[in-house]
Amino acid sequence: MEFFLEVLIGGLLAGLMYSLVAIGFVLIYKASGVFNFAQGAMVLFAALTFVSLLERGVPFWGAFAVTLLSMLMLAWAIERMVLRPLVNRPPITLFMATLGLSYIIEGLAQTLWGAQVHGLDLGISDEPFEVAGLLLSQFDLFAAGTAGLLVLALSLLFNKTRVGISLRAVADDQLAALSIGIKLQKVWMIVWAVAGFVGLVAGLLWGARLGVQFSLSLIVLKALPVLIIGGFTSIGGAIVGGLIIGASEKLAEVYLGPVIGGGIENWFPYVLALLFLLVRPAGIFGERAIERV
Amino acid sequence: MLYRESGQFSTSYLAEGRLFKLYQQRWGFYALLAFAFLAVPYLGNDYWFSAILIPFLVLSLAGLGLNLLTGYAGQISLGSAAFMAVGAFAAYNFQLRIDGMPLLLGFFFGGVTAALVGVVFGLPSLRIKGFYLLVSTLAAQFVVTWVLTQFGWFSNYNSSGVISAPPLVILGHDFSSPAGRYLLTLGVAAALFWFAHNIVHSELGRRWMAVRDMDTAAAVIGIPILQTKLLAFAISSFILGIAGALWAFAYLGTVEPHGFDLSRSFQILFIIIIGGMGSILGNFLGAAFIVLLPILLSNLSATFLAGVVDPGQLENLQKIIFGALIIFFLIKEPAGLARLWQAFRERSRIWPLRF
Repeated sequence: MEFFLEVLIGGLLAGLMYSLVAIGFVLIYKASGVFNFAQGAMVLFAALTFVSLLERGVPFWGAFAVTLLSMLMLAWAIERMVLRPLVNRPPITLFMATLGLSYIIEGLAQTLWGAQVHGLDLGISDEPFEVAGLLLSQFDLFAAGTAGLLVLALSLLFNKTRVGISLRAVADDQLAALSIGIKLQKVWMIVWAVAGFVGLVAGLLWGARLGVQFSLSLIVLKALPVLIIGGFTSIGGAIVGGLIIGASEKLAEVYLGPVIGGGIENWFPYVLALLFLLVRPAGIFGERAIERV
Repeated sequence: MLYRESGQFSTSYLAEGRLFKLYQQRWGFYALLAFAFLAVPYLGNDYWFSAILIPFLVLSLAGLGLNLLTGYAGQISLGSAAFMAVGAFAAYNFQLRIDGMPLLLGFFFGGVTAALVGVVFGLPSLRIKGFYLLVSTLAAQFVVTWVLTQFGWFSNYNSSGVISAPPLVILGHDFSSPAGRYLLTLGVAAALFWFAHNIVHSELGRRWMAVRDMDTAAAVIGIPILQTKLLAFAISSFILGIAGALWAFAYLGTVEPHGFDLSRSFQILFIIIIGGMGSILGNFLGAAFIVLLPILLSNLSATFLAGVVDPGQLENLQKIIFGALIIFFLIKEPAGLARLWQAFRERSRIWPLRF
């Protein structure tokens, strides 16, 4: 039982790490209807920029600020060169554009900073400690706390500020938002910049966990089933989805793995997400689309 | 063009349904086929066959498979490489385990197996749509690779999961020389393109396009959605499966499951974006582009930037160029290279006049 609880809690905490990536997706999907495959590449770009600056002797917060600035510039460039020319195109076109975008960002990050693996130390030890007889990872708890803070900050931003309210207006109805004078381009840029910031946070945590390397951009594939379960339009859904995926993935690895062979964590979340979809085609918290001819 | 359609009329329904209605186009096409089948095997050298022509043909075939599903039936898929892997491994096992299985029949059964797997992963498409469907195809991608590596039976208990090509012999003729493999690939590709072209211009093809344009509306006018979508998955996977078998046997010779990973799926998706979605010709143009661009880039950098740029950087540069081209095409020419070719033909028809 204790072992089961340990695996479960470890899985839940690991799931929150997936949620961090998924939140970036949700932000962009909500505000611009773009399914942003480049989120993983943005995570890589942010982490790689940050760690390379750190290695060149820039202090922590200086590197953080510079990386944030570069994410802002990236958001601006994306809005100008990709989103604006593609406005009013079908969502599938925009998705494929973000595929291209992820190639560009990955290539750019590696051209600028090289392809070798960098270690990243955030000063949090990964030693397990004991709570009520259960071994928990300190790092995982820290990551979970960060995810919680991030969600809190984002919900404050969305609910209490003028910018946030216009973001929600755009998410609700782009045309109506335009007609009351909200600048769509500005909103898009802000959303992509915020997603860049979320990507930076995710990149730091994931980078500290796995090392900053190319495979960071592949966590986008981990975030996808999370999104599916939670629904594309709900930040809370991303958290819940992350918890479900993380827990079931770890439990399956431990209990199902020995039966059918190891390495199932690559596809298990997808099959789980697929089963969820068959019951609820728009995820748990997703908005159900009403179709008209 | 140098010819006009004046004076050439269709006098029967059969003639009306022809692929090329003008005899100049018809003879041009026959000449091209004759050139590819008869002249190229003597003109080309081994480098051209092994490094350019065979991958070009196989990739255009794979592009065709995905194009039927995504370009015509509107179901986006990121699992193309998985269906290629199924085709390759199934064809290998049919060859291995059934004595005297003819090579082409093995390919066919490989394609059929891929089609069955495609139908299984296409089943959710009735209930889930759009981006959510990506999950189904990605699940195919990961599950198939995992199954093929996990269970040794599929690779005949090879320690690293690698399969090697069986002897490429058809009716006593050996096709294992580079020119022979080229002819084999070309023959299979030509047959499948003919098949696909006819399907696309049949009632099924029109049903696919109706589903692509709006599946709710298609359902309202009485198109059986499930059957139409599943047929798209089946036929697309069939072609992808055969392309996978050719990729393994005619191009690489030996292949492991990870040769069919997600980046291969992306590559095939890029072929149809660049070539043109919903176009048969586009598959050739896109595949030629994907095969030739890396060669061109490395040659250019070898000539102009020798020693300045190291190979790793070149690969990054190639990625950036690919990504930029994808976005460029989506913005400027969403219908791809095929549309450029069509525009050129329309312009040249009235050349030297402008309107």
